[in-house]
Amino acid sequence: MEALFATTTGILAASGLYLALRGRTFPVVVGLTLLSYAVNLFLFSTGGLTTDGAAVISDGAGKYADPLPQALVLTAIVIGFAMTAFSVILAMRVRGDVGSDHVNGNRVDEPREDKS
Amino acid sequence: MQHLIILPVLLPLLTGVALLIHRGGALTLRRTANVLSTIALVVIGILLVADSTDDTIRYYALGDWQPPFGIILVLDRLSALMVLLTSLLALGSLLYACAGDDEQGSNFHGLFQLQLMGINGAFLTGDLFNLFVFFEVLLIASYALLMHGGGKARTHAGFHYVALNLLGSMLFLIALGILYGTMGTLNMADMSAVVTTLDTADLGLVKAGALLLLIVFGLKAAMLPLYFWLPRAYAAAPAPIAALFAIMTKVGIYSIIRVYTLIFGEQAGPLANLAQPWIWWLGLATLALGAVGVLSARDMRTQVAYLILVSVGTLLAGIGMHSEVALGSLLYYLIHTTLVSGGMFLLVDAIAQQRGKAGARIVQSRTLTQPATLGLMFFAGTIAMAGLPPLSGAFGKALLLQAATTAQQHWLWPILLGSGLASLIALSRTGSTIFWRASGEKTGITLGPLRVTGTLMLIGCAPLMVAFAGPITAFTQATAAQLLDRDAYVESIIARGDTGGDT
Repeated sequence: MEALFATTTGILAASGLYLALRGRTFPVVVGLTLLSYAVNLFLFSTGGLTTDGAAVISDGAGKYADPLPQALVLTAIVIGFAMTAFSVILAMRVRGDVGSDHVNGNRVDEPREDKS
Repeated sequence: MQHLIILPVLLPLLTGVALLIHRGGALTLRRTANVLSTIALVVIGILLVADSTDDTIRYYALGDWQPPFGIILVLDRLSALMVLLTSLLALGSLLYACAGDDEQGSNFHGLFQLQLMGINGAFLTGDLFNLFVFFEVLLIASYALLMHGGGKARTHAGFHYVALNLLGSMLFLIALGILYGTMGTLNMADMSAVVTTLDTADLGLVKAGALLLLIVFGLKAAMLPLYFWLPRAYAAAPAPIAALFAIMTKVGIYSIIRVYTLIFGEQAGPLANLAQPWIWWLGLATLALGAVGVLSARDMRTQVAYLILVSVGTLLAGIGMHSEVALGSLLYYLIHTTLVSGGMFLLVDAIAQQRGKAGARIVQSRTLTQPATLGLMFFAGTIAMAGLPPLSGAFGKALLLQAATTAQQHWLWPILLGSGLASLIALSRTGSTIFWRASGEKTGITLGPLRVTGTLMLIGCAPLMVAFAGPITAFTQATAAQLLDRDAYVESIIARGDTGGDT
C-alpha cells in the first residue's frame, strides 16, 4: 500500500508542478489544484498508514490510527478549496482586465481568436 | 487579565465579521468601527507589552487543553512587541485610508480587520500548524486588499502574488508533514524538546523539513531568490495597503527568528543553528541587490518597495550573525523600518496625488500644492530610511554594525554602508526631481487632515524612537536574551520535562 500511495502522491505532485510552471493561467490553476491534492495525500500519510485503526479512543479497539494528520488534512483541504476557488475567479478577472490569459500579460504569441 | 492574550485575535475577528455583514451600512459608521477597533488593538498591544516585561512567558490554552496537546497562544516579549507594532502601523494606514481610499472598492474595512487578525495570530501562536492557518488568514485577506480598487496592474501583480503564495503554502504543508512524521508534535515548545532526542536515521528528514520552512518564510520575508514578486505587488497595491504590508515581510522575519532560535537553535544538538549560515549569506545578497533596485527604480512606489528589500536584507543579515546583541539591535531596526517604510508608502502616494498626470513616476512635472509640508516629511523619511543621523535608521544600523564580529565586519560593513549610500543617492535624486525641478501650475489638490495625521504618525516615529532609544533598546535586548533562553521557554510551556511525541 505504501508504494502505491507514494507513487500516486509523486505523480500528482510532478504533474501539478509541471502545469504550475506553464505560461497560461488555466494550466497554472489546474497545476496548483493537483499540487494541493498531492500535498493533502502526503499530509494524510505522515502519521503512518494504518488500516482498520480507530481514530478515537473506544472500547475494544485494538489498533489506533494517528488522528492528528486527519484533523490537519481536513483543515488543509478546506483552506486549499477556498484558495482554488479564489484563484479561478482571479484568473478569469485577469483574462478580462488584461485581455490575455498569459501570466505575463503577453499578447504577442496569442493566436487571434476565430470570430466567426 | 488572563484572557488578554486572545483579544488581539478575537477583537479583529468579531469587528471584521460585523463589518462584512453590515457592508451596506453608512460609511462613517464603518470607518468609526474600524478605527475604534484598531485603537483598542493599540491599547491591548501596550498592555501586552507591559505584561511581558516581567519576563514570564504566558500562554493561553484554548478550551483549556494543556500543551503539548491543545492549541496554545504564547505571549513573550517578542510577540507582544510585534502585536503592538502591527496595531500602530495599522492605525496610521487606516487613518490615511479613511480619507477616501477605502471607497474605491468594497469591503475594505472588514478585510482590513481580518488581515490584522491573521497577522496578530501569526505572532501569538505557539503551534506550527496554527502558524500555517494564520498565514492563510492573513494571505487571503491580503489577496483581496492588494486588488482593492481594481485595475490592470493590480489584478496582474495580484495573480503572481496569489500563485506564488499558494505554492508557498503547499511547501509549508509538506514541511509540516515531514516534521510531524519525524517528531510527532507540532507544538513549538514540544518540538524544541523533542529535537534533542531524535533518531540519527531521522536527522536528514528533519533537516530537510527545517530548510523547507526556511524557503516558506523566505518567500514571505522576500529573501533573495524569492523576492521578485515584492516590488511589483507593493508598487501596485493601494497606498494604505502597501503601508500595512510593510509588516507582512516582518511576519516572515518573525517566523524565521522564532523557529530557528526556539526549535533549531543553540541546543538542538546535531541540528543546532542549521539555517543561520544560509540566512547570513542570502541576507547580504538581498541587501546588495535591494540597493541596486533602489537605484534603478523609475517610480517612487517601486523605489520604496526596494527600500523594504534593503531593510529585509539588513534584518536577515542580523539574524545570520546569531548573537544576542545582534538580535537585540535588529529588533530595534525592525521597529524603525516597519513604521518608517509604511509612512513612506503613504507619503509617496500623497505626493503622487498632487502631481497630476506624472503620478509617482520620477520625472519633471507640475509644482506640488504643498511643497513645504510634503518636502519636510520626505526629507525626514529619506534621512531615516537611508540611515543618516540624527534619526532612528542611523541608530539601528550603528547598533548592528557594532554587533558584528571581526569576521562578519568584512562583509557587513561595506555592504550595509554601501546600500545606505545607494539609498541616499537614489532618494536625493528623487527628491530633487520632484520638489526642485517642478514647474507649471499647481493641481490644487491638498492633503486632508486624516492623510496628514496618518503619514505624520508613522514618519514621526523616527525622531520619537531616537528620543526613547534608551528604553526601547533595553526592551529589545531583553527580548533577545529571552529568545535565546530556550530552556525557560520550554519549561514555562510544558510543565513536565518528559512530554514528548511518539518518538
